[in-house]
Amino acid sequence: MKQVTIRNIAEILEAAIVSNPDNLDVEIKWVCSTDLISNVLYYCLPNSLLITGLIHPQVVRAAEVAGIEGIVFVQNNKPDTDTIELAKKQSIPLLITPFCMFTASGKLFQAGLTGCPKK
Amino acid sequence: MAIKINQTIEGSFQLIGGNFENAGEASSQLKLKLTELGLDADIIRRVAIATFEAEINVIIYAAAGWLRYYITSQNLKIIVEDMGPGIEDIELAMREGYSTAPEWAREMGWGAGMGLPNMKKNSDEFKIDSVAGEGTTIEMIINFDNSR
Repeated sequence: MKQVTIRNIAEILEAAIVSNPDNLDVEIKWVCSTDLISNVLYYCLPNSLLITGLIHPQVVRAAEVAGIEGIVFVQNNKPDTDTIELAKKQSIPLLITPFCMFTASGKLFQAGLTGCPKK
Repeated sequence: MAIKINQTIEGSFQLIGGNFENAGEASSQLKLKLTELGLDADIIRRVAIATFEAEINVIIYAAAGWLRYYITSQNLKIIVEDMGPGIEDIELAMREGYSTAPEWAREMGWGAGMGLPNMKKNSDEFKIDSVAGEGTTIEMIINFDNSR
């Protein structure tokens, strides 16, 4: 399968990059779309991308803990200032897409990405 | 793998109910410490997940609590103690998907009922004691010998 990076994902999702624009060449292997943080912590594998509607800083904490390499906020939801600050500290790119969670997930699935396999 | 340390490294964090400002701080700092000690990424990840879930549980459910950790050459022990309200039915609380999280916590994306099961899943030994009306104590041990 062709390697997909956060840079590719930003293009596919027509996303604005709000933090860590220098860190976009990381390879993404899996995608997790959820608004439940514990699901992120339970199911996500390292090298995942998170697609979410949550915009508070704990999303970045959860990403850091679970080894998530990038976060996409759907429907033009702008993350809180604290969220952006924490993401900068943790070098996690944050993307804002105009698409809804379903469409954003579908577009990445079409690009060859899948959900995290069950452990 | 065991790590080379001569004496137990200890630390503690205070957690205040409803205060998310420093939520995840214990997890982040522990992660940093274990990285410095040269532990496996997989073990560090398990520690960070278990610690983060434990921190959040105290913040959501309890008035206040403490998280203490002890690092030896063989393992890490985390003890999380809170001042209540305690858990009525531990067996039920351990069930995946069961949650008594208040509405405000659910709005923040918590309350999936995966916290306690996830702590258990990521530790090698997991103990929970609770007295309704008094408080809950959780003890988790994560071994550095990665035989899982």
